[in-house]
Amino acid sequence: MSPGVIVFSETDEGIFELLTKGRELSKLYNTQVSALVIGKKDEKELEKFFEYGAEKVVVWPSENVRTFETDAYVHALFEVTKQNGPDILLIRSSRLGKEVAGRVAQRLQAGCVTDAIGLTPKGSELVVDRYALGGNTISSEIIKTNKKVISVMPRTFEAQPAPVTGKIETVDLEKPPERVELVELRKKVGESANIESAETLVCIGKGLANKEDLAMVKELCSLLKAELGCTRGLAADYHWISEDRMVGISGKRCKPRLDVSIGISGQIQHTMGIMSAKIIVAINKDKEAPIFKIADYGVVGDLYQVVPKLIQRIKAQNN
Amino acid sequence: MHVIACIKQTIDLQQIRIKRDTREAVLEGAPFLFGNMDKNALEEAVRLKEKHGARVTVLSVGAAKLKAGILEALAIGADEACIVMDPACENSDTTSSALTLAEAVRKIGAFDIILVGEGSADNYSGQIPSRLAERLNVPLITYVRELSIESNVVTAVRDMETALEVVRAKTPLVISVTSEINKPRLAPLTQILRASRKPLNAWTLKDLGIDAAKIGSTASAIQVVSNRAPEQERKGVIIEAAADEAVEKLVNALRKEGALP
Repeated sequence: MSPGVIVFSETDEGIFELLTKGRELSKLYNTQVSALVIGKKDEKELEKFFEYGAEKVVVWPSENVRTFETDAYVHALFEVTKQNGPDILLIRSSRLGKEVAGRVAQRLQAGCVTDAIGLTPKGSELVVDRYALGGNTISSEIIKTNKKVISVMPRTFEAQPAPVTGKIETVDLEKPPERVELVELRKKVGESANIESAETLVCIGKGLANKEDLAMVKELCSLLKAELGCTRGLAADYHWISEDRMVGISGKRCKPRLDVSIGISGQIQHTMGIMSAKIIVAINKDKEAPIFKIADYGVVGDLYQVVPKLIQRIKAQNN
Repeated sequence: MHVIACIKQTIDLQQIRIKRDTREAVLEGAPFLFGNMDKNALEEAVRLKEKHGARVTVLSVGAAKLKAGILEALAIGADEACIVMDPACENSDTTSSALTLAEAVRKIGAFDIILVGEGSADNYSGQIPSRLAERLNVPLITYVRELSIESNVVTAVRDMETALEVVRAKTPLVISVTSEINKPRLAPLTQILRASRKPLNAWTLKDLGIDAAKIGSTASAIQVVSNRAPEQERKGVIIEAAADEAVEKLVNALRKEGALP
């Protein structure tokens, strides 16, 4: 019997997702799955993790650990997993989670795989998939150390309720000194954009000639009930669209049912963010553009001709 | 002020070909480049030099091709280069690379800031900043897009998913940067010749007191089972027609898929 699986995320949804997979692994390895929760919570708040299969909720009810206080998060995870603690650590690969994963792994002298997109038990081994070589390949890896730290891409697993009767274990830890002090927290403008969970996504790239032409793209978005996404160029270089809508390796990774990529050449830095889309449509005037290689449907044509026609067509249909 | 910029050379990912039968990547012959975010780290170090008179050391771990590449970093503005070249480093995983970097930093001596990219261009595992800070037991600020320093206090803007976090910490520390922090300059032609006259220290693992058996694929904490291009499950239907006709075909296809009402 393995010492167990523990999941960690700074959001409840993250914990639910990881519990869903952690539950499956713990059954297979004949062990138990627990969740680590940091901060003062009442019993009701903790019990919701039982709904997603947590057999144990380990809580450090510290009142003075602030949001994003990584030193404290790393300390807590290390303390509850060291020695005979759980040996499989599933951490949600948010930016915070990714930092925490690497640091806990180093403290545990453990191997670590970040940004996992799949976890498959094979015999006695756990095979972890992640993108490699800039997204050109998928690397399937086995962590050889006893302790295994895995940060899992958000929404890799769908949270599914599976109620159990679990128990709450309170741990009393000493808070490490705060070496990185928070001065200010600035909410991102346009933060309401939740493109990661959009069912339909329209992505626009540098094929767009003028900022004003975004109106056309936005009209298509509203007709398709789609969220607007963009390449790094349009957000970080041109500042035409806020960065919270940037899709790709340095932006968001999306999993829509339909992605419509318009005027996007298809550099791997961007396409990694749409790779998990169910259907990819590409509209580009360059027939050789790499985006067509990953498209289900590719329309070779000038976006300034195709998009207005598409808008017209959908409008006609809606009427 | 002493700033160390850690940069990594990877093969040019645009040049990768995928073998049709095995779906494995063909890496032979592809040129080596420094990653984009590695260049951001170096650029930020050079800006600290211009603004505060910092001394900049560029540090890199890799194999034989590193020696030519590192001249570019010196031409961009680093004062000194330290490179660790060892055949064992060629297949080193992040655990080993962090160990090698940490030992190299110890050999270099006192530092104020270590700058590193948020992730490498090839694997983007992002473990180096985490592991390096832990090994050196110094504070870590990740995902930095704005940086300022006053005496020994660093103020940084971290780019998190939903918020920008302004934080403060004392040197020495490790900072990982995002691509938004700056626009890296190109190496000025006039500096390229001069770069070869700057100090360049080439070390082996032995020079750092590291047992080569601890580095490289056999010692790795990770075993790669396979590394292949994903199977192409996309339909790859290319529509070449006048806009009217193309849109009609597209809409019909998407309706059939149930992707449009």
